[in-house]
Amino acid sequence: MFGFGILSCIVFLPLVGAGFILALRGDDEATLENARRAALGTTLIVFLLSLYAYAKFDPTSSAFQLVEEKGWFGQGLIYKMGVDGISFPFLLLTTFLMPICILASWKSIQTRVKEYFIAFLVLETLMSGVFCALDLVLFYLFFEGGLIPMFLIIGIWGGKRRVYASFKFFLYTLAGSLLMLLAIMAMYGVAGTTDIVTLLQTHFPSSMQKWLWLAFFASLAVKMPMWPVHTWLPDAHVEAPTAGSVILAGVLLKMGGYGFIRFSLPMFPEASAYFAPLVFALSIIAIIYTSLVALVQEDMKKLIAYSSVAHMGFVTMGLFSMTSQGVQGAVFQMISHGLVSGALFLCVGVVYDRMHTREISAYGGLAARMPLYAVVFMIFTLANVGLPGTSGFIGEFLTLLGAFRINSWVAFLATTGTILSAAYALYLYRRIIFGVLDKPSLASILDLSWREVALFTPLVFLTILYGFYPAPVLDSSAASINALIKGYDTALAVTKTAALAFH
Amino acid sequence: MSHLSAALAHCLPELILAFGILVLVLLGALRGKETGGLVTEIAIGLLGLAIVVIFLGGKGTAIVFNGAFIDDGFGRFMKVLTLAGSLVTLLMSQDFLAREKIDKFEFPILILLSTLGMLMLISAAGLIALYLGLELMSLSLYVIAAFHRDNLRASEAGLKYFVLGALSSGMLLYGASLLYGFAGTVSFAGIAETINGKVSLGAVFGLVFLMAGLAFKMSAVPFHMWTPDVYEGAPTPVTAFFASAVKMAAVAITVRVVFTAFPGIASQWRQIVIFISLLSMVLGAFAAIGQTNIKRLMAYSAIGHIGFALVGLAAGGEAGVSGVLAYMAIYLVMTLGTFAGILSMRINGQGVENISDLSGLAKTDGVMAFFLAMMMFSLAGIPPLAGFFAKWYVFNAAIQAGLYWLSVIGVLSSAVAAFYYLRIVKVMYFDEAAPAFDRSAAAPRAVLAVSGILVLFLFVYPGVFIDATTAAAQSLF
Repeated sequence: MFGFGILSCIVFLPLVGAGFILALRGDDEATLENARRAALGTTLIVFLLSLYAYAKFDPTSSAFQLVEEKGWFGQGLIYKMGVDGISFPFLLLTTFLMPICILASWKSIQTRVKEYFIAFLVLETLMSGVFCALDLVLFYLFFEGGLIPMFLIIGIWGGKRRVYASFKFFLYTLAGSLLMLLAIMAMYGVAGTTDIVTLLQTHFPSSMQKWLWLAFFASLAVKMPMWPVHTWLPDAHVEAPTAGSVILAGVLLKMGGYGFIRFSLPMFPEASAYFAPLVFALSIIAIIYTSLVALVQEDMKKLIAYSSVAHMGFVTMGLFSMTSQGVQGAVFQMISHGLVSGALFLCVGVVYDRMHTREISAYGGLAARMPLYAVVFMIFTLANVGLPGTSGFIGEFLTLLGAFRINSWVAFLATTGTILSAAYALYLYRRIIFGVLDKPSLASILDLSWREVALFTPLVFLTILYGFYPAPVLDSSAASINALIKGYDTALAVTKTAALAFH
Repeated sequence: MSHLSAALAHCLPELILAFGILVLVLLGALRGKETGGLVTEIAIGLLGLAIVVIFLGGKGTAIVFNGAFIDDGFGRFMKVLTLAGSLVTLLMSQDFLAREKIDKFEFPILILLSTLGMLMLISAAGLIALYLGLELMSLSLYVIAAFHRDNLRASEAGLKYFVLGALSSGMLLYGASLLYGFAGTVSFAGIAETINGKVSLGAVFGLVFLMAGLAFKMSAVPFHMWTPDVYEGAPTPVTAFFASAVKMAAVAITVRVVFTAFPGIASQWRQIVIFISLLSMVLGAFAAIGQTNIKRLMAYSAIGHIGFALVGLAAGGEAGVSGVLAYMAIYLVMTLGTFAGILSMRINGQGVENISDLSGLAKTDGVMAFFLAMMMFSLAGIPPLAGFFAKWYVFNAAIQAGLYWLSVIGVLSSAVAAFYYLRIVKVMYFDEAAPAFDRSAAAPRAVLAVSGILVLFLFVYPGVFIDATTAAAQSLF
């Protein structure tokens, strides 16, 4: 297509939309409406394009597909795009959530509307680029570049403490990522290229692997976020506008997990095995501790933010169990969490748009005035808890199964987290939806509008569909994940024999 | 005679500037005060001509004038940067000087003289030529730092720069005399040949003093004390000149000296470079945090950036030098763009310099705010902007050279530095609008826009730029 492959089109088309909005003149309502429509149209086209790409994608192969390659910088840096079964679900998640985010911002954003949609479209380019890039420097470019639009989105359109939150978000992520950048340079020194496909075949010396793993961990753990570097997340989530929270929870957090699967596990297998207990410990702490913290939150968004940290704990636990169930479960959990937590933030956005407060105590008895909303909120709350029949169950179950095969204590402790998650999620639901509607401010609150129904329908559909029939996600990633685990086991076996031969 | 003309052909850019200066001085003296504008325009033309001459001129390396003057790819690259810095400074200064009522014809002439000194400095192949170029550059700088002579702060800046500059020149001269005493020659090649791996105490002493003098001109820690005061006090176009052209020349000669005169004792000067690079990065990151004046902030930022550039020098080798070159070229664009923005800060005809004056700029002048924000993100080294690639090249060279701790501290201090660049973005984008700026002159606006576009889109087509830095670095070895 125009000399570009389909992936480049998916990645860079949003920039065209952003350029179009930039060219719009005037600030009257008609222009703003055009800007909104342009943003929605662009993201919908991008989503359709990614579906088209999925039709061309062969899930039975573990190789990278739809690959494009061009010369770029000298010295081995190339422009290379491609997807496999691990990255494609994330790409689809990104392009799927974007139109929803645009639609969610339709009414709630009233200041600097054009800039807002430009920032979102630029962000879409950078996010989908992360999942398509097959060159480490290119990956880093997209990974870090996403900070700029997100910084602006939180800082300009955020809540009261937006400045603090945006700075914390930016500096935390930057400090971690810079260490990863140094690791990328060191890998370049060994392999002479930053081509990810080549690097996946490269064996790094064991002592070097540990340092490289730690450097990558510094960046990915912050992004994920893992305890104890998760503290930027509640602030950023709470202060960001609704759509910003959706994107943060839905896509940006997944970059951390994606980085672990793409780089840490296959490229540094020995270090991953060495550090796995550390990751398990941090994951368990994250699951239990942040669930407890979530129990006492007074702010709806903050509660959901802490529950995100807990759910990401399941992901890291599943990943580092390095069993096929664990890793598949982790990928599934990330996709499911992208849908569910995104939807929960949208739910908060719905009442926030009406009441302009996120305090839990300001609500109560909404079921009486907003039955439709109560149903939707119920579905996502239960999915967040991990009720069988929702997508949340599949991911948690598989990651626990994977962890159980490695270490039953880890699985046992993590399971207490699911009980706690039921506690905080249902407690939240009871306080907001049930009870008597006696607050005068809520007396005239309106149920979901058509636009909001349109927002939630696809999310509800997918959450329940994946709960009963998870095959679409699991099948498309199975081949790649099996290849990943096979490579990992081989690498460990090789070092073990080498160590034995040495003695 | 043909020998001389061949030699002169190698310094054609310098000759153009030298004759141009003489003519302009005469023109100014005869025509009097009203010629300021005309002289500036001719000076800009001369600088442009010199750039064209370098582009059209010879390839390869030639040492002429009895080993005092070298014309090579490295020098040509840095000369183009220096000339570009001077040219853009002049371009932006016209409007500012007129508004401050200091638009005298001496200003462009002094800039040209100083630039001539820089060109000679970059091409110096011996200690005498180095000192000549350095002093020609510095003496003109002392004058233009205090060009706004009725302004107390500007006079103070000029005096401070002069006193400290004289001290550093003295140290440099002392080091040079020691080196001459131990090597018996002033040419860099001769010194390299005599030292040839033998570490003698005298030569190391000479090296240290020489580096101290050069570090002063680069404003690297611990010889940076003058920088914040001079940057703040001097008229803004002069500050832009300090931050752009002067930096290019100082870094160029430092690179040339260590690689052509002291290749045999690399482990000795490497320690010095690592030391000043480390200190500069850390100080630049932390000291800028508390600043409220944007020129002062840029001074600390400049100190930090010199630290980053020196990381490439510490790495050494071709990769390191091409990293330094790439860094300086990108830094030139960023700093000129930023100063173009600062020059546009003017309320009711009065220049303002506080960061808080930028409040809410995104609402009052969205275009300027956008480009200035891109400059800040680029200075912080965020991809995909050009500043990221600058950092990539120097740190990549350092990692390949095994300088892990230097790199780790370097990137962490760049994360600290990101805080104050972000603060400027925050002031422009998140804060409530302050009074709008006056409609700024065309030249600074154009400079800001052009450098903004360069910084934004370098990643799309970087080939030419990278090839140029690699070729220039190769000529040094």
